[in-house]
Amino acid sequence: MSRLSLETPNQAQTVVEGLYRDLERRIAASPPGLCPVDISLGFLKLCHAQTCGKCAPCRIGLGQLARLMDDVLSERATLETIDRIEKTAITIADTADCAIGYEAANMVLRGVKGFRDDYEEHVRNNRCTSGLTQPVPCVALCPAHVDVPGYIALVRAGRYQDAVKLIRKDNPFPTACAFVCEHPCEARCRRNMVDDAVNICGIKHFAVTHALHVAPAANQPSTGKRVAIIGGGPGGLSCAFYLQLMGHHTVVYEQRPKLGGMLRYGIPRYRLPEAMLENDIDVILSTGVEVHTGVSIGRDISIKDIEAKYDAVFLCIGAHIDRKLGLPGENSIGVVSAVEMLRDIGEDNPPDFTGKRVCVIGGGNVSMDATRTAIRLGAASVTTVYRRRVDDMTALKEEIEEAAAEGATILPLQAPLRIDADEEGHVTALVTQPQQIGPVGRDGRPKPITADKPEHVIPCDIVIVAIGQGIDSKAFAAAGIAVNRDRFSALPDSIVEGSPKVFAGGDAVTGPSTVIRAIAAGKVAAANIDNFLGYNHVIHAAVQDIPEASLSPAPACGRVNLRTRPACECITGFDDIKEGMTEDEVLQESSRCLRCDHYGYGNFRGGRMRQW
Amino acid sequence: MVNVTINGIVVRVPEGTTIMEAAAHAGVTIPSLCYLKEINEIGACRVCCVEVEGESRLVSSCNNLVYEGMVVHTNSPRARQARRINVELLLSQHDGQCATCVRSGNCKLQHVANDLGILRNPYPMDLPKGLWTTTFPLFRDPKKCIKCMRCVQYCEKIQTLGVWEMAGSGGRATIDVSHNRRIKDSDCALCGQCITHCPVGALRERDDTIEVLDALADPDKITVVQIAPAVRAAWGESHGLPREMATVRRLAAVLRAIGFDYIFDTAFSADMTIMEESAEFIKRFSSGELNELPMFTSCCPGWVRFIKSQYPQLVPQLSTAKSPQEMFGAITKSYFAEKLGVPPEKLCCVSIMPCIAKKSEKSGHVYSQNPEGIQDVDIVITTREMDRLIRSENINVFSLPEAEFDSPLGIGSGAGVIFGATGGVMEAALRTAYHTLSGKNPAPDAFRAVRGQEGWREAEFDLNGTVVHCAVASGLGNARRLIEALLAGEVHYDFVEIMACPGGCVGGGGQPIPFEQNEQADVRGDLLYKLDRFSPLRYPHENAELKVLYHTYLGAPLSERAEELLHTDHNSWQMPLSLRLQHHDTENMTIQFGQHK
Repeated sequence: MSRLSLETPNQAQTVVEGLYRDLERRIAASPPGLCPVDISLGFLKLCHAQTCGKCAPCRIGLGQLARLMDDVLSERATLETIDRIEKTAITIADTADCAIGYEAANMVLRGVKGFRDDYEEHVRNNRCTSGLTQPVPCVALCPAHVDVPGYIALVRAGRYQDAVKLIRKDNPFPTACAFVCEHPCEARCRRNMVDDAVNICGIKHFAVTHALHVAPAANQPSTGKRVAIIGGGPGGLSCAFYLQLMGHHTVVYEQRPKLGGMLRYGIPRYRLPEAMLENDIDVILSTGVEVHTGVSIGRDISIKDIEAKYDAVFLCIGAHIDRKLGLPGENSIGVVSAVEMLRDIGEDNPPDFTGKRVCVIGGGNVSMDATRTAIRLGAASVTTVYRRRVDDMTALKEEIEEAAAEGATILPLQAPLRIDADEEGHVTALVTQPQQIGPVGRDGRPKPITADKPEHVIPCDIVIVAIGQGIDSKAFAAAGIAVNRDRFSALPDSIVEGSPKVFAGGDAVTGPSTVIRAIAAGKVAAANIDNFLGYNHVIHAAVQDIPEASLSPAPACGRVNLRTRPACECITGFDDIKEGMTEDEVLQESSRCLRCDHYGYGNFRGGRMRQW
Repeated sequence: MVNVTINGIVVRVPEGTTIMEAAAHAGVTIPSLCYLKEINEIGACRVCCVEVEGESRLVSSCNNLVYEGMVVHTNSPRARQARRINVELLLSQHDGQCATCVRSGNCKLQHVANDLGILRNPYPMDLPKGLWTTTFPLFRDPKKCIKCMRCVQYCEKIQTLGVWEMAGSGGRATIDVSHNRRIKDSDCALCGQCITHCPVGALRERDDTIEVLDALADPDKITVVQIAPAVRAAWGESHGLPREMATVRRLAAVLRAIGFDYIFDTAFSADMTIMEESAEFIKRFSSGELNELPMFTSCCPGWVRFIKSQYPQLVPQLSTAKSPQEMFGAITKSYFAEKLGVPPEKLCCVSIMPCIAKKSEKSGHVYSQNPEGIQDVDIVITTREMDRLIRSENINVFSLPEAEFDSPLGIGSGAGVIFGATGGVMEAALRTAYHTLSGKNPAPDAFRAVRGQEGWREAEFDLNGTVVHCAVASGLGNARRLIEALLAGEVHYDFVEIMACPGGCVGGGGQPIPFEQNEQADVRGDLLYKLDRFSPLRYPHENAELKVLYHTYLGAPLSERAEELLHTDHNSWQMPLSLRLQHHDTENMTIQFGQHK
């Protein structure tokens, strides 16, 4: 026997490594609504299999915990059983020698605390408090509940126009979403269990870019009711679209010169070409929406007048005002907010950064938009400063990588201290305090703490602040509309408490969020405004014949990602940076869909909402 | 059309045909447990999986469509093994004590397992626990449930009540009352359709046959049994008795053989219901009380439970007439007891009903003349329970000669008989209402336009110059559609008949369950209409014994005594409200139910 040898994994180990990867993907595809106790028990059994067996609490205790939890699930438990689980888990957490034991016990403890009511329901009534509602994961996770398997099947069949029509039943911005949606639908795609999530957004991109103009359905007979919509962004226009289809007359008041809200004034055009946005807006307006741009409600027209003049009002004013850093030097010349800069560009009034050194503060998607926009405006250098790590940035990973590829310097773990300026007040530098990453906070994210390092000076001419947005709701609050911390106090059905005919939704209710959530808010408001007005109009899918599912799933196959054009090409202007799929690619990608509308729980509980 | 090869047999079937249907076309049977056409096509049991050439996995044949050139093997080694193992797995979670199961011999699982020749199950038994109340008329045995979801789907899609739901997830997923309710706190109408559509014995009626035997054995009790109209159309089915032999007179003989003292016909009290209900209708109609909303029939307790739980605001529209079962009990314990010269508590009133809800109805109304609370009806058994009783008494139904009903509550008109079919109550009521208004009889089939199997039918009739708008619905989903249309102002009726079970009582939840579980309501309903056609007595108001009853005892319809004995207050008992109503205040209800005329 040699003194040392290199270890090579045996076959069992190799297979188990593969199983770990399968497990990770499988967990990613967990549908919502599972029994939390049962799932915890499943995890616990895995944890128990990981124990080396040396220490009693982990070797025996985890097994006993599993047995007790099984008792809870199998009508063999009393309320004392739950106490016993808790005590056992505390002891394991306190005395296990390594993380395999104590973290497993902590997981159980979090459950006993976090869903004790479910434990008790099992013990008392042999029932579970949770349950599946919408059975198709992608549809369930899309805030607007777009019929994803339906339109993927239509794209696969080459019926791109029908795909767009089907999407429009739930989302009047198919084009904009094909470019900028954060696609929560993909998060728990069941295809993860086979290989990887279907590129749903990419398939939609193909559909909208190949469908050309698709006219909307005809409006239902006029009801004579008039609804005011305050805010011409995705939420307001979605609401207007559906109300028009229902036969109500909508009047949109938009304070900016053009419609689109953050889609126009927040999202740079290299991500969403203007023509694409216009495409959706044109279709929406073709239903007969009356539009007043350049009108600010609360300033040009009083809120009381609007309430008096209309049968219902939908407030969807978004979150358009910037947040301040609260640091010395913030008022220096050259400090701009990202919201303001992107809005200026939306109004065809871009600043000139030629030769300028730019610092961007913030780690979210808006920060990345500002970063990449600054590069395109001719900046000599762009440094994106963030107080946590790159891993902690809330921006999409793809956005960060692309910003870096386009030449931005991502500078993490730097907390801004002050902005230095020259005698004339022009910015000369951003001064930061280096940070080190620290303990995990209550929100589960590690917090930065001051590092034992000297201040860092980043010489620059421009500082772009992208640390969040606020809601300009003061005028509405003054008019008696319920507001809490600047946000409208609207219920999940968009009704504003205390104002009978007023509804609200979108960023102005939730705080800055995604386009698709604003669209969903518009859809929900439309339905509830319709009922409020005394009707029950139904929005039907214009396409009913969804192609049948294949009898066999497509074999494991890689996911087609959209390519980004080379950075050197992109940074010279604001042209679209994405390349859509080819026809072969979209056929392959759409064939990967497992058709959860037809298979599994989908065909029991109805894989398709044909109307709402 | 597409060409498909199934087990080597080539068939041409229309596009959109399922593999299972195409196989049937080729003469190939594919067994299944969960499949229920158009109601439950969810491929849950996986017993119908077949091998399709070129497909990587086996394919469920009930919910996948054929395509051109498809080649199917239902008995390939792979398909055969899968079918067997899936049945074995289901058996491992099914309490297979067939000897003590009401569905033995009529159970899909038993049949499929027997056909497969499964003599021992390689999988150990793994039965769930689960408690169920023994007092509720509907009984569920979780140990027998194979989670086929038929009950969930039928209740939701056809009856629109959604009483059942899949509960929990993972290996413990099961069927339970929806929204974690107890069945007695739910808005279950007790139509019993979940029972008649259950493939196994997981759902059944509360068995009350022991109570019947106890009453028969009690020397101090005089047993009086009534036979509901719909029972005569179905009772012979499970005995293999041909329809022409399964007459109600043979059934009377059977019940006499079992030992009942008096055998009467609910058709008699159905005639009485008509006398009261048609008089009530004419009164309410002429007073203008029905200008906005119609009068609804009240003879179906499933429907009464439905309206009380779903549309409580419409309860005043129900006829106050008791159902024929209750009227029968009320008259038995008054008029008949007096005639016999015995105190009413000496009489035990037993009903044989096609219905589960009748079991709850008997405790809903209390015999009004007796403050000690003597019930109109003491024991209700379904047609199925009676069939079991007949079997347990070893009565040879084939050889027993027919017998007559007893008098005076034993003769019913043809109009009373058709109470058991959808439209029958309406038709019967119109025959007498016409007579009341015009003084002469209409042609007996003058109102046949309300017959039929469509779930919601309407007709208008001229009753001696008065035009009456009528509608009939059967099945609670149809009832809901009708009511929604009424509330939305889309339709207007004066008189509406509703029966909770599709096709009426003949398709009731207490009726025999055909092995194929295909709907029998139309065949049985036709039989009732045939009985009516050949009946010498077609008009309730011409029922001689009923005339005597009115003449000597009740006076006229709606008399004080008739009101006391034969009418009821529908608000005298509580029914759990639909969750939808529990969660909405009245203001929202108005929004939901219309305003958009």
